[in-house]
Amino acid sequence: MLHFPRWKIALILAVCGLGFLAALPNLMPKAALEALPSWLPARPLHLGLDLRGGSHLLLEVDADTIVKERLEAIVDSARGDLRRERIAYTDLSVVGKEVVVVVRDAQERERAVQILRGQAMQIANSVMGTTAPDLSVQAGADGRIVVQLTEVALKDRRRAAVDQSIEIIRRRIDQTGTSEPVIQREGDQRIVVQLPGVDDPDRIKRLLGKTAKMTFRLVDDNVPLEDIARGRAPAGIEFLDSDERGRRTGEKTPVQRRVMVSGDTLTDAQATFQDNQPVVSFRFDSIGARRFGEATERNVGKRFAIVLDGRVISAPVIREPIRGGSGIISGNFTVQSANDLALLLRAGALPAPLKIVEERSVGPSLGADSIRAGVAASVGGLALILIYMVMSYGLFFGGIANLALIVNLVLIVGVLSLTQASMTLPGIAGIVLTIGMAVDANVLIYERVREEIRSGKTPLAAMDAGYARAMTTIIDSNLTALITSVILFWLGSGPVKGFAVTSAIGIATSAFTAVSLSRMIVATWLRRMRPQRLDI
Amino acid sequence: MFRLRLVPSNTRFPFLRYRVVCIAASVVFGAVSIVLAIWPGLSMGVDFRGGVTIEARSLSGPADLGALRASLGGIGGGDVTLQEFGSRNDVLIRIGSASESEDALRAAAEKVKETLGAKFEFRRVEFVGPQVSSELIQSAIWAVVLGLLAMMVYVWFRFEWQFSIGTIASLVHDVLLTVGLLAITRYDFNLSQIAAILTIIGYSMNDTVVVFDRVRENLRKWRKMPLDELLDLSINETLSRTMMTSMTTLLALIPLYFFGGDAIEGFAFTMIWGVFVGTYSSIFIAAPILIYLDLDKKREQWAREADAAALPAAKAEKP
Repeated sequence: MLHFPRWKIALILAVCGLGFLAALPNLMPKAALEALPSWLPARPLHLGLDLRGGSHLLLEVDADTIVKERLEAIVDSARGDLRRERIAYTDLSVVGKEVVVVVRDAQERERAVQILRGQAMQIANSVMGTTAPDLSVQAGADGRIVVQLTEVALKDRRRAAVDQSIEIIRRRIDQTGTSEPVIQREGDQRIVVQLPGVDDPDRIKRLLGKTAKMTFRLVDDNVPLEDIARGRAPAGIEFLDSDERGRRTGEKTPVQRRVMVSGDTLTDAQATFQDNQPVVSFRFDSIGARRFGEATERNVGKRFAIVLDGRVISAPVIREPIRGGSGIISGNFTVQSANDLALLLRAGALPAPLKIVEERSVGPSLGADSIRAGVAASVGGLALILIYMVMSYGLFFGGIANLALIVNLVLIVGVLSLTQASMTLPGIAGIVLTIGMAVDANVLIYERVREEIRSGKTPLAAMDAGYARAMTTIIDSNLTALITSVILFWLGSGPVKGFAVTSAIGIATSAFTAVSLSRMIVATWLRRMRPQRLDI
Repeated sequence: MFRLRLVPSNTRFPFLRYRVVCIAASVVFGAVSIVLAIWPGLSMGVDFRGGVTIEARSLSGPADLGALRASLGGIGGGDVTLQEFGSRNDVLIRIGSASESEDALRAAAEKVKETLGAKFEFRRVEFVGPQVSSELIQSAIWAVVLGLLAMMVYVWFRFEWQFSIGTIASLVHDVLLTVGLLAITRYDFNLSQIAAILTIIGYSMNDTVVVFDRVRENLRKWRKMPLDELLDLSINETLSRTMMTSMTTLLALIPLYFFGGDAIEGFAFTMIWGVFVGTYSSIFIAAPILIYLDLDKKREQWAREADAAALPAAKAEKP
C-alpha cells in the first residue's frame, strides 16, 4: 500500500499539474486570456444563468395544430377529388384527430377509399431505408370511412415542427442582437431557450409568442352588416378581428378563407415611415409578385386584408394592379411594433404556435449577489475545516489532509473550467458540501491508523494497514454518493443539475486526492524519515 | 501534543441496549412526519405548485407592503400574495396556483410588473406552468424512490440482504423526518429541497456503509462473540470517525446557511438537519436492526468457507 513506483508518482503529479493549469484561467485577467492562442482549452468557469443573470425559457410546440392543419388539407383536396369522380358522399369533415366521410354505396365506397389513400404522403424511414404512407384509411360497414395519421407520421411531423421552430426561433433571436443564446430541443415537443444577460425577456417572449403566419386575402364587402353582427358567415368567408387604425374594438371583418398570396413568399421586410407614421415595407419573391400582381389586377376597387395570425392588421382598397412585387403595410403601429413585425416577417413563420411553459429569469444584480454569497460561504467553510483538521490531527497529518483538500478544490475548478459545465448557485453549494465530505476519506484513514497503533503496530505497519483497510470503505462510501449524484443529474433542470455535476466531480477528485496524493506524500515521508512513533 | 477529540478512543457505549426504545421512537416520529406532510402539508414552492414568483427590489427605500397589497390585490382573481424577503427593500410576490392556465398566469404576471413599474427592479422571475410543475413533482418522487432503491441494491450486492434491510429502514427514516421537519418549518419545498434530500440519502448511506464495513470485518474476526456485543463493538470502533465527518460536514454547511443567500438557506438548513438525522440513523437504526435479521447463520457459513480455504493451504504447507 505504501509502495509507489516512479511512473505512478509522475502520473499523480501530472494530474495535479494539469488540474492546476486548467484552473489557472480563472485567475488570469481577461486581456491576458484573450492573448492566448485559441487552440488552448484555456477558459474560465462557465457561469450558469442564475449567477451571470439571464433568462431560461421552456417552449412547447402545439402539435395538435400541425395535425389539424394536415387533416384540413386532406379534407380540402379529398372534396375536389370525390366530386370529380362523382362519388356521392356526406359529412366529410375533421372530427377530433380523424377525417370522417360517409359513402353509402358499397362500390363507390371502395373507390372513395382508393381516392383517400391517394391523399397520403410518403414518409421516409431513415433506419429501414423504406417509405410508408402517412395515412391509414379504414372503411366501416356502416358506410363511414375514417382517415387517421399513423403513429410514425405523427412523430415525424412533431419532430419536423420542432426542428423548424428551432430554426425560426434562432433567426428571430439573432435579429434582436442577443449574444450567445442557447436553443435546444428538449424531449418530444419542447425547446429550451437560454438567453444570458437578458434580464427582461418580455420583448423576446412577445416575439416568440407570435406564429407570424401572414396571408393576403380578399375582403368580401357584400356580406350584410347584420350577418356580421350575428356571426353568420357564408360559405368560404370568415369573420376576423381587426387591429386596423381607427377601428372600434369588436368590429369584425369578413374575409375570404381562400388565400390570395401567402406570407411565405416574402423575401424581405423593413420598418420605415410613411407620412410620419411607422409602417412596414415588404417585398415578394418572383412567384409571390406574379400572384399578387394577377390577383390585384382582377380585383381593382375591392379591399384586400393583410392577416397576421388570424387578425386583420390592415385592409386597404386596391386602387390599381400592384405589379412591382413590393408594398407597404400601414397598420396601427408604434415604432417598436413595426420593427417587431418586420423582424417576424423576415425570420419567417413558425409551423405551429409556441407556448411558454416555464420561465426562470435572474437579474444581473441578484446574480452578482449570489456569486458574492457563494464565495463567502465557500471561503468560510474551507477556513473552518482547515483549522479543524489541524486541531484534530496535528500540523503534519492535518496539513497533509488540508493540502489534499486544497488540491481537490483546484481540481474541481479545473475540471469544471475544462468541460465548461455550468456553474450555478446550487453548484457552489455542491462544492462547499464536497469540501466538508472530502476530508472523510482522510478521516477514515487516520482513524484507522490510530486504531492500528493502539493495537501495537509499528508506524509503518499501522500506516500500511490503515490505508489498506480504509480503502474498501472509501470505495463504498464514494460510490454510493456518486449514485445519488447521477440520479440528481437525471432529475435536475438547470441549477440543480449544476449541484449534481459539481458534487459528482468533487467525489471523483476527492477520492483521487485522498487515496493517491495524500497517500503518496505519507509514503514518501515514511520511507525517508523512518519515524519511531506517529504523532497522529 | 494537543489533539481535539470529539469522542474518546475505546468507547464502550451499549448502543444496542436502547434499540427497542430508539426504533420505537423513530417509528413514532416517522408516523408523525407522514401526518405532518398530509396536514398541514409541505409549503410547496413554485417548482411543484406552479404559478409565478417575482422577487422585486424597491428602488426608493423600504417597500410599503400594505400599499402594494392594495394595488396588486385585484390581479389574477386576487390570488396574489406578498411577503418581505431578505432585506426590507425586497418583496416576494407569488401569483396563482397550478389550476390556472399558462396564459392567465402570464397575463397576471405582466399586470403585476406593469403595476410596480419603474419603481422596482425585478431581480428574479420564475414561472412554472401547471403541466411542467406536475412533471417536476413526478420526477422528484421518482428521484427519491430511485435513490432509495439504488442504495438498497448497492448494499445488497456489496454486503448481504440483511444489511440492505437495515439500510432502507434508516434511509426511509431520514427522508420521512426531513419531510416532517420541512412541514413544520414551512421552508419552500422546491427542487433544491429534493437535491438536499437526495444528498442526505447519500450522506446517511455513507455513514451506514462505514459501520457496516466494520460489522462485516468483525463478523469474520470474532467468530464466537455474541451478535449484540459485536454490533456494539463495531459502532464504537467507528464512532470517532462518524463524529469527525459529521463535524466537518456541519462546518461546511454552517457558513452556507448564514452567508449563502436566501436561495441556499433552505437547502443548507435541510442538509444540517440531515447530518444529524443521518448520523443518528446509522448508529441507532441501521446497525441495531441487524440483530433481528439472523446474521448468525451467515456467520457460520463464512466461518466454514474460511476453514475450507485455510485447510488445503495448511495441508500444502506440511510436507
